[in-house]
Amino acid sequence: MLGAGLFIAQRVTALILAPFVIAHLALIIIAVHGGLDAAEILARTRGNPWFAAFYQTFVTFAALHAAIGVRVICAEWSRGRLNAIHLDSITLTVLLLLFCMGSFAVFAVVV
Amino acid sequence: MGGDELRVNIWRGGPGGGEMMAYRAPRLPSQTALDVVTWIQRHVEPGLSYRFSCRVGMCGSCAMTVNGVPRWTCRTHVKDVARRGIGIGRGERRPHLELAPLRNLPVLKDLVCDMSEFFRKWQRAEGVFHGDRGEHGEYIFRGGRGDGHRDNGHRSNNGHRGRHGKHDTRDTTPAPILPADPRRAAADAAIECINCAVCYAACDVVASNPNYLGPAALNRAWTLLNDARDAAQYERVRAIADGGGGCQNCHSQHNCARHCPVQLSPARSIAGLKQRAVRAAWRGELL
Ligand code: SF4
Ligand code: SF4
Ligand code: FES
Repeated sequence: MLGAGLFIAQRVTALILAPFVIAHLALIIIAVHGGLDAAEILARTRGNPWFAAFYQTFVTFAALHAAIGVRVICAEWSRGRLNAIHLDSITLTVLLLLFCMGSFAVFAVVV
Repeated sequence: MGGDELRVNIWRGGPGGGEMMAYRAPRLPSQTALDVVTWIQRHVEPGLSYRFSCRVGMCGSCAMTVNGVPRWTCRTHVKDVARRGIGIGRGERRPHLELAPLRNLPVLKDLVCDMSEFFRKWQRAEGVFHGDRGEHGEYIFRGGRGDGHRDNGHRSNNGHRGRHGKHDTRDTTPAPILPADPRRAAADAAIECINCAVCYAACDVVASNPNYLGPAALNRAWTLLNDARDAAQYERVRAIADGGGGCQNCHSQHNCARHCPVQLSPARSIAGLKQRAVRAAWRGELL
């Protein structure tokens, strides 16, 4: 259920995500320091290309990583009852769902 | 027998199901779990089925689940595993032992499991030596890298890719394999497996993915992948990197290493296999 290609993809996305997660957490902590409301956040994010690029990349790799993870969980929970087609469909669905939701969120705060 | 008595629950049944049956056995000095089963079979329950052979931790045939943990019973001392106050009857103070067949293997009868699938997976993982063959079908070894390279390989008589040069003759001196060779050392660290299937029973990935090759077969494949004499490395790397049940499916939680009675670490061997699989995928050898 996890061929060499997906295995590598899972490891590589994990490597890429690590600095993104740290930067994201740091950003939250620094940004909300001393209180922050929605208008202030939007004032900083609207039209900010760096913010858009950072979070769109983050969303893409997170969607990939999570989709492969969910695939493994489903395969093991089903104890072999889900075949490769089921698992591919689940992986793709989770990937698209998370990618679309994440991209929508990025779009909403940047544009 | 009084206080020197042991309360023993033994799982009895077959492929269709079964249940725990209660027995009593004398508590003796230096007694092993296998001694207890043997005593019960000889004195109380002649129909009780179980496996053993060497009784000294060599053959790997006596593995069972002892108080919930997979173990080799011939070298498991009752004093180390018997629990007090659990099992039959509330407040029971006498030491208690619970014996069941190994997990993750189909039961044939009582404590005897069907090992066919376990050994089929050794074959699937290419956990068997493939020597190169000479022109008369004899095994030959001419040395070389043997690390799964496709280059310089050709089909030899046994259908596997050889990796020796075309101009070798019977007079070519085989390359020596020194004890200090890193690949030899890696194989040595994993070679002493007694095929007991304790790790296989301990592995949660085997339990949840029936296709997974399992720690023992992958550990054996690792020793052979480090054997410079073996002529089927290309096939072996493809076998251990198989998407359905290959080494990538291991969670690296070291349950196998924790329970292996001879202190091997299949998990470490599998970590090595994962690196080989990634390298092979990178070179396009898994396509
Ligand atoms: S480390 Fe891998 S092979 Fe060993 S028990 Fe865990 S999942 Fe199974
Ligand atoms: S690796 Fe250890 S536990 Fe597994 S079959 Fe070999 S000896 Fe038994
Ligand atoms: S009887 Fe041989 S290992 Fe236990």
